Amino acid sequence: MVEWTEQERSIITGIFANLSYEEIGPKALVRCLIVYPWTQRYFSSFGNLYNAEAIRGNPNVAAHGIKVLHGLDRAVKNMDNIKATYAELSVLHSEKLHVDPDNFRVSSAGLQQMHSAHLKADRLVSRRLTFPLFLHQLLADCLTIEIAAKLGTAFTADTQAAFQKFLAVVVSALGRQYH
Amino acid sequence: MTSLSAKDKDAVRAFWAKVPGKEELIGADALSRMLAVYPQTKTYFSHWKDLSPGSPQVRKHGKTIVCGVGEAVGKIDNLTAGLLNLSELHAFTLRVDPANFKILSHNLLVVLAVIFPEEFTPEAHVALDKFLASLAGALSEKYR
Repeated sequence: MVEWTEQERSIITGIFANLSYEEIGPKALVRCLIVYPWTQRYFSSFGNLYNAEAIRGNPNVAAHGIKVLHGLDRAVKNMDNIKATYAELSVLHSEKLHVDPDNFRVSSAGLQQMHSAHLKADRLVSRRLTFPLFLHQLLADCLTIEIAAKLGTAFTADTQAAFQKFLAVVVSALGRQYH
Repeated sequence: MTSLSAKDKDAVRAFWAKVPGKEELIGADALSRMLAVYPQTKTYFSHWKDLSPGSPQVRKHGKTIVCGVGEAVGKIDNLTAGLLNLSELHAFTLRVDPANFKILSHNLLVVLAVIFPEEFTPEAHVALDKFLASLAGALSEKYR
């Protein structure tokens, strides 16, 4: 069971309360796709990702970046049970997710199911199994960088510690759903 | 890790040109963050009286580290050869687990984002990330 101090709770809720999801979400995902280009593998249905310019201008990337932050929002509102929150997401998630990458279709599945479905639908399941786990961590790191750039010196060492702890719990919870 | 392209090296040099004068600012912040966010790293500094962010030891050592990185930028065409002595120091004397290089690199990048939000673009980020990884590799050369 993850323990949160009052200070950590207030830091994390504070960051998200003052965050522009429309601004930071896309920036974090764009950064991830540029700094760690192999992550583009999971977004082959998004269209043109051929270069930094294309990635920045891609509306699917922007939309997904915003979606990611809304997904994190759930964890912020349920900090005492992040593990269950992401397991439940398939039930509570009301958006229909139509993803048609390469040769498989995932529809109406929750975020958790979608992430693990990416793995099952591929012949190379065992090799691919570790990639999305790194993907979440890489995206988390890029989000940390974007928040740092936005908040500047207000992003203190203690703030960073709380934020990274939060992301680590989220990444771990998402990883739990793979099988 | 992949080797650095000419484009990477140019990007690193161009970005690092903004650093002179801010070595202590950047270094102290990166080191403080590392100690706060990854408390297991404190083990390497058990001989310091004061591990708090503003402490003289943290500030001095932070500056040493960032100056070292700056020197490495100057030796970017052959990091392994250029960092031989530092590698021996880290391997035989300090015996810092190389896993920590990644941790410090991450915190350096966070500080660069804090101090240079406009300039620390994804393009600069990828070049610096690659450079720091190569630097870590060169420092690990003498370990075993």
